Amino acid sequence: MRGIVKRFPGVLANDGVDLLVRRGEIHCLLGENGAGKTTLMRILYGLYQPDAGEIRLRGETIRVASPKAALSHRIGMVHQHFHLVSTLSVEENIVLGLSEGTGPFLRFRRTRAKIHRLAEEYGLEVDPTAKVWQLSVGQQQRVEILKALYRDADVLIMDEPTSVLTPQEVEALFGTLRTLVEDGLTVIFITHKLDEVMEASHRVTVLRKGKAVATVNTAETSKEELARLMVGREVVFRVEKDAAELGGKVLSVQDLHANNDRGLSALQGVTFDLCSGEILGVAGVSGNGQHELSEVLTGLRRATRGSAILEKKDLTNCSAREIADLGVAHVPTERIRVGTVPTMSIRENLILKSYRTPDFCKWSILNEKAAYENACQAMTEYEISAPHDGTAAKNLSGGNIQRLVLARELCGCPGLVVAAHPTYGLDVGATEQVRKVLLEQRARGAGILLISEDLDEILQLSDRILVIYEGRIMGIVDAQDAVLEELGLMMAGTGQQEVSA
Amino acid sequence: MSWESWVVETISRALAFGTPLLLATVGEIYAERSGVLNLGVEGMMLMGALTGFAVSMGSGNPWVGILIAGLVGGAFSLIHAFATITLRANQVVSGLALTMLGTGLSGVIGRAYEGFPLWSKLGRIDVPVLSKIPVLGPAVFENQSPMTYIAIGIAIIGWLVLFKTRIGISIRAVGEDPATADSLGISVPRVRYLCVMIGGVLAGVAGAYWSVAYRTAWSGGMTAGLGWIVIALTIFAFWNPLYGLVGAFFFAAMRVLSFRLQNWLPPELLKAMPYLLAILVLIVVSRGTLQKRMGAPSALALPYTRGED
Repeated sequence: MRGIVKRFPGVLANDGVDLLVRRGEIHCLLGENGAGKTTLMRILYGLYQPDAGEIRLRGETIRVASPKAALSHRIGMVHQHFHLVSTLSVEENIVLGLSEGTGPFLRFRRTRAKIHRLAEEYGLEVDPTAKVWQLSVGQQQRVEILKALYRDADVLIMDEPTSVLTPQEVEALFGTLRTLVEDGLTVIFITHKLDEVMEASHRVTVLRKGKAVATVNTAETSKEELARLMVGREVVFRVEKDAAELGGKVLSVQDLHANNDRGLSALQGVTFDLCSGEILGVAGVSGNGQHELSEVLTGLRRATRGSAILEKKDLTNCSAREIADLGVAHVPTERIRVGTVPTMSIRENLILKSYRTPDFCKWSILNEKAAYENACQAMTEYEISAPHDGTAAKNLSGGNIQRLVLARELCGCPGLVVAAHPTYGLDVGATEQVRKVLLEQRARGAGILLISEDLDEILQLSDRILVIYEGRIMGIVDAQDAVLEELGLMMAGTGQQEVSA
Repeated sequence: MSWESWVVETISRALAFGTPLLLATVGEIYAERSGVLNLGVEGMMLMGALTGFAVSMGSGNPWVGILIAGLVGGAFSLIHAFATITLRANQVVSGLALTMLGTGLSGVIGRAYEGFPLWSKLGRIDVPVLSKIPVLGPAVFENQSPMTYIAIGIAIIGWLVLFKTRIGISIRAVGEDPATADSLGISVPRVRYLCVMIGGVLAGVAGAYWSVAYRTAWSGGMTAGLGWIVIALTIFAFWNPLYGLVGAFFFAAMRVLSFRLQNWLPPELLKAMPYLLAILVLIVVSRGTLQKRMGAPSALALPYTRGED
């Protein structure tokens, strides 16, 4: 791919990117969120049309007008969010959109034989008659790979394939990818995780702010060099933070049980304490109960058993408003959908929790002036950049929305902060600010429950780390003594005793 | 009247009444399986009823009337398809507008045809051999419209196509997860247009059956809510043509019984049954894995544009 340019309204996503991938290699595309990796690959897969530049495949210039055209050029893509129809079976998903054989009826015997052969060859076992919604995330990913291989893909694009997998599943995936390239296929692997680049790839191209800054052989580089290329400056792998000044117990959770949206048990006896002035990190692969835990603690989900005590007050199964009034701040995972009302202005979003108080309201009539002053103050303090306080929340960037949520949640000095994936999808600047704000809250004496899938973040910020797996706590370790590999094993369901033994 | 002949007559009438329900329901199932809710069934049926009546009267051949009614129903449904698929309008609003438009338009144009008896009506037939079976013969195979058997055939073919063929998988994929279907080279608009038109054609034919075979006359608004029963039936059938087959005749039997039992039961109770049962189904399939197994298509009533995921 040469000189690829892609503009979106207000953003230059790809700015003259050159990418050269050799046959039979695993080529990593490394870059931060928003660096343009996915955009570039979507252009190669025909989902976007480039504004300039050319694509050459096997020596010929090609135009990829649609995913169908990409497939006919034997380019396959496994998206970060899987493109599978969950109500259809595995084999139906695999043949979807294909016109092989004759007649309108489906011949599953031949299909199954081919699926079976591919699965065996590349270690992608999965039951072809199972419905997709019954499969685990790892299995669904296998179906996606099979789908591409079934279409004779020769170039396979994987968009952040490891973000949803356990460390062990990641190993299996890497094994599959290695077999694929041994058979002459080419794999392009999008990631922002340095360890994966070092482990899996032959060569790596680093993207930064829409530009390709370098292509290097993995064997001849180091994590530090790649990080520097990726961020554009020296990266400190540790955040400056003072020693914890632990105060009294803020939150005490005893034997907490709760169900998920499908009515299945999601939390199975969670017990822990959180002190003031402490950040307790919750590590785990997504879908292991973290989400339900944050919802139970903030009153958005009912606990089926157990209790959560805030200082002296029992907040188990109180309403969200009661819990908020007790001084619990919630920075939710879905900051747009749950954290804000997207169509309402910054000013209105900032007083969503306090509009009932006399500060903003008298005789049921809102005090617009107070709301305006509050908005101005918050926008300055938290550096929310927006044209004015009447801008709708949905028109803000992810970083500014998160600043808005923080400004609202942290005013009034909450005793407990539940922060779920607070920096997910944010750029470097916003990430740094969010982390700084959380550390300020810690210094002020708040207890912070930090739920994150970013292990680095957890290691950097937390004082203690709690690992959750299938709704159970696998162990709680001091952040200073934490070893990445042990956390990984615990995240995959090995108990703490076995790990340290 | 003997007990036996009472049962025979009830079944026989339920089949006749259920025929248009079945035809239009199979059509609506196709539209909804592709992700397009079409509340314009009542309007499309009225357009079909008027067209069928007028063309049968003019040509003297009821089959020509039914055929043209299907084409008019299909063409009429294109208004909804264009509004919701191409212009991405709200499907509920557009569908309601289609019903109002169809009711009004057929009423105005049809004024000239009101009060005429139809001479070239579609006759009834006895199925040879089968009609000689005791009880079952007279109930199911005697003095029935050929359209009833055609409707049953269409439902079975509809089920085969939806669940056993390539195009069927494409339709379900488009209604379930259009972005995925799109990424595999299936044209979402094309599939949706096709399915909405199937719905329109079958609703038109159902309407024509009503004016050419069942009532053999035209009057404004003559389908009197059949289109709404179809909407309820589509849900009751779990979006499956085979269940639609059972449901259409079951609902029809309710309607027939509401007349025949009105001395003992308030007729409104049985007439309300389709809607009550549809609500019950919605409650049952809205939870847990049942939603995946037999619930509404996930993308139902959601417009699709590429690149918004």
